[in-house]
Amino acid sequence: MSSKLLGERIKRKEDPRLIQGRSHYVDDIQLCGMLYLAFVRSPHAHAEIKAIHSEAAQKMPGVLAVYTGADLEGRLGLIPCAAGMEGLKVPPHPCLALRRVRYVGEPVAVVVASGRYQAVDAAAQVEVDYEPLPAITDLDKAVSSDSPVIHESLGDNIAFVAKLEGGDWKAVESDASLKVIRQRLVNQRLAPLSMETRGVVASYSPGEDTLTVWSSTQIPHLLKTQLAVMTGMDEARVRVIAPEVGGAFGSKLNVYAEEGVACFVSRQFGKPVKWIESRRENLMATIHGRDQIDDLEIYFRPDGKVMGLKCHILANLGAYHQLLTPAIPTLTALMILGCYNIPAVFVETKGVFTNTMSTDAYRGAGRPEATYIIERVMDMVARELNLDPVEVRLKNFPPPGKDIVLATGVSYDTANYQKTLKKVLTLSGYKKLRREQARLRKKGKYLGIGLSTYVEICAMGPSSRMPAGGWESGTVRVEPTGKVTVLSGTSPHGQGEETSFAQIVAEELGVPYDDVTVYHGDTNQVPMGIGTFGSRTTAVGGTAIYHAAQRIKKKMARLAAVKLGAKPSELVFRDGKIETEDGSKSVKFGEVVGEAYFAKQLPPGLAPGLVENYVFEPPNYTYPFGAHVAVVEIDNETGEVNLRNYFAVDDCGRILNPMLVDGQIHGGLAQGIGQALWEEHVYDENGQLLTGTLMDCAAPRAHQFCWFETANTETRTPVNPLGVKGVGEAGTIGSTPAIVNAVMDALRPLGVRHIDMPLKPEKIWQVLRGGSPQVV
Amino acid sequence: MKIRVKINGVTREDDVEPRLLLVHYLRELAGLTGTHIGCETSICGACTVLMNGAAVKSCTVLAVQADGSEITTIEGLSGRNGQLHPLQQGFWEEHGLQCGYCTPGMILAAHQLLSRNPHPSRAEIRKALEGNLCRCTGYQHIVKAVEWAAEKVRAQAEHA
Repeated sequence: MSSKLLGERIKRKEDPRLIQGRSHYVDDIQLCGMLYLAFVRSPHAHAEIKAIHSEAAQKMPGVLAVYTGADLEGRLGLIPCAAGMEGLKVPPHPCLALRRVRYVGEPVAVVVASGRYQAVDAAAQVEVDYEPLPAITDLDKAVSSDSPVIHESLGDNIAFVAKLEGGDWKAVESDASLKVIRQRLVNQRLAPLSMETRGVVASYSPGEDTLTVWSSTQIPHLLKTQLAVMTGMDEARVRVIAPEVGGAFGSKLNVYAEEGVACFVSRQFGKPVKWIESRRENLMATIHGRDQIDDLEIYFRPDGKVMGLKCHILANLGAYHQLLTPAIPTLTALMILGCYNIPAVFVETKGVFTNTMSTDAYRGAGRPEATYIIERVMDMVARELNLDPVEVRLKNFPPPGKDIVLATGVSYDTANYQKTLKKVLTLSGYKKLRREQARLRKKGKYLGIGLSTYVEICAMGPSSRMPAGGWESGTVRVEPTGKVTVLSGTSPHGQGEETSFAQIVAEELGVPYDDVTVYHGDTNQVPMGIGTFGSRTTAVGGTAIYHAAQRIKKKMARLAAVKLGAKPSELVFRDGKIETEDGSKSVKFGEVVGEAYFAKQLPPGLAPGLVENYVFEPPNYTYPFGAHVAVVEIDNETGEVNLRNYFAVDDCGRILNPMLVDGQIHGGLAQGIGQALWEEHVYDENGQLLTGTLMDCAAPRAHQFCWFETANTETRTPVNPLGVKGVGEAGTIGSTPAIVNAVMDALRPLGVRHIDMPLKPEKIWQVLRGGSPQVV
Repeated sequence: MKIRVKINGVTREDDVEPRLLLVHYLRELAGLTGTHIGCETSICGACTVLMNGAAVKSCTVLAVQADGSEITTIEGLSGRNGQLHPLQQGFWEEHGLQCGYCTPGMILAAHQLLSRNPHPSRAEIRKALEGNLCRCTGYQHIVKAVEWAAEKVRAQAEHA
């Protein structure tokens, strides 16, 4: 193929509209006669609702209605949870609270008004009488037998207990030569914090009995089904459109109360309804990520070989299940061995209800927690044995290969962890850094070097192991003019797949890149798909499109073969032509397109037209991996961690567009480093959110990062024909432990084994002064 | 209250509520939705526009405060014949955006930087953009985009 597109740095198709402010996010959609919603939210973490007084609000200018939970009961369905694990307790989760509130920010009532300001004004006038109840935010307390219970009908606060066990524990426990480390790690709660908050426009048309919903979502198709169920409408009459979506990071992989309420209100009034989340609402009522306590027991040989890992996970689920809430911590258990051949594993995961907002998928979703655990384990073992962390990792890697099965039962598609580690050591000048560190230590300066060699689980995933199907649809349609339309069931929101999908199709069909247009996100335009999450869009969605393009080629080759007097198998697609390899027989692409549409002389059995849909079911997940090195300096006076260098070598399989891969890695690094050093979403013991504004929640800014040095290795996956593994979450998963390992390495002369994240100056400062790392 | 504002070279007169925010005025009355709202509290910078040439966060400016001023939004940055501003081109060339939500504000904040400092170092670019949050890019490609634009502006100046 002469038109080489795959693997090239191609500028994005998405950008011209975005850099000129000419695209449309949800709040940019304005419809005639539109009504606005404002929610009344609970100021209490746990309370009985005694009465709701909305009379004053109802009389305010522009107000059309105020609805409470009681008004919606039986008329709007509950918020769904798709995770279907055995024995899972699922409390009812109404869109507006009924009788009791269970977290700060829970919607209690909604005001409908003809203006945005009027709705907000009136919501402030709705008075709710609460009788506060004791709030439970501490995980250890929530699981104790004398704890108040958040959902009384469920008996206690434990939503599920899941166990994962593998290997010969008798051998491990009876081996007296093994050393043991016990350590608790806290993986703090985070706010996903997409720059665009959530928002929804719902427009019910009574004459046609159709409901059109624009929502800032990652899953328009799944949302359509759920909204049909919640409203009781025929699904064929519901259309969901994900317009331009301003970031999500997992937080919009969900079905939210406000989406249901907007549909309900629009149906009540037969008018379009808009709700746009404020940032304050976003921080309290959009799902949060992480929030686990992990109690570890590590069994290892004096030579650094780890023989067994036990972990008891307390996972904070929040007050209710959102779409995938309970499934997230189970991914931690699955990936807890990372890229190490540890013969015995035991993980017990307890999912726990607390009086907080639900946790759910935030970039990495359960895997950053796993990687954090195992990468801290490797460094703690190295420290205990006075070995280099590189040596301990090499001792525990499986040999390079395919289909590596670990004690967890997980089968990794391909592995060559030695290769990425070697590359990052060269890139960072690791040995030289260690020499510099030794020199600086003599001068009383703290330089830290941190490693992370991660593996993640991506390209989600085989339907047998996914809560709501893991396949994806792709359609390629060659239009009568020869231009190409591509439809994807995925729903990218910044990742750039309009570009990479066009690269795939243009290269396969041998047509100009500019002739290919990609659409996604509109359920009336695109065949049913699953969506964008779990680093699946290119690996699963792109593969579906690749296969659809093969079907188009097969059909066009048959048509061209008749015209050229050649065999279809002899023909190649290149430079706008379909021809034999030597070019002796050649026909223009557009001419064959004409044959297909005019349909005058079609070969027997060939239908007119050129549109092909393909549904790809991935046979396995993919397992991208990489090796990162972080270099930090500690300020002796302030305890501040200065990130001096960051080196990342990532293997995400075949790279379709290195510019996009770099972008994904950089963004991921920023979020992973953010967790290690600055970010935390904090509730106090009364369940009040202390980080409720952007001023308080430490989202990192440009000047806080060093220059990232990135490189790749390319180990193609056999799981899909593109060889692509996925890269959306790698940076986040790999970077957090590299930073923490670096800081702990810097502080090693002080004899501290572990400090919980975020590694804020106040904690480090106390350690520098011989204290324990408590937050003041 | 009656206000008169020149937006992207076109003068408008409107009668507005005194509490109307400039960002809502631009988006809902002037129909210029390229300016985005990210936090309503001046912290994220998504709503950055130029007011008399200076970058302001339009979510914490009242429309009445803009009376008599000249406003430039992202829609007004391209040339008459639709050619992209060097900053817009730089963001495209260097992959300075992903979801695009912070981009208009980033570009206008960078516009102010280049008008004051045509030769910014990487550290100066990062410092100048610290009032603008981006959650997608990790900022490095944004820094490169601004460097690209600075270079382009210099080349254009030498050429002229």
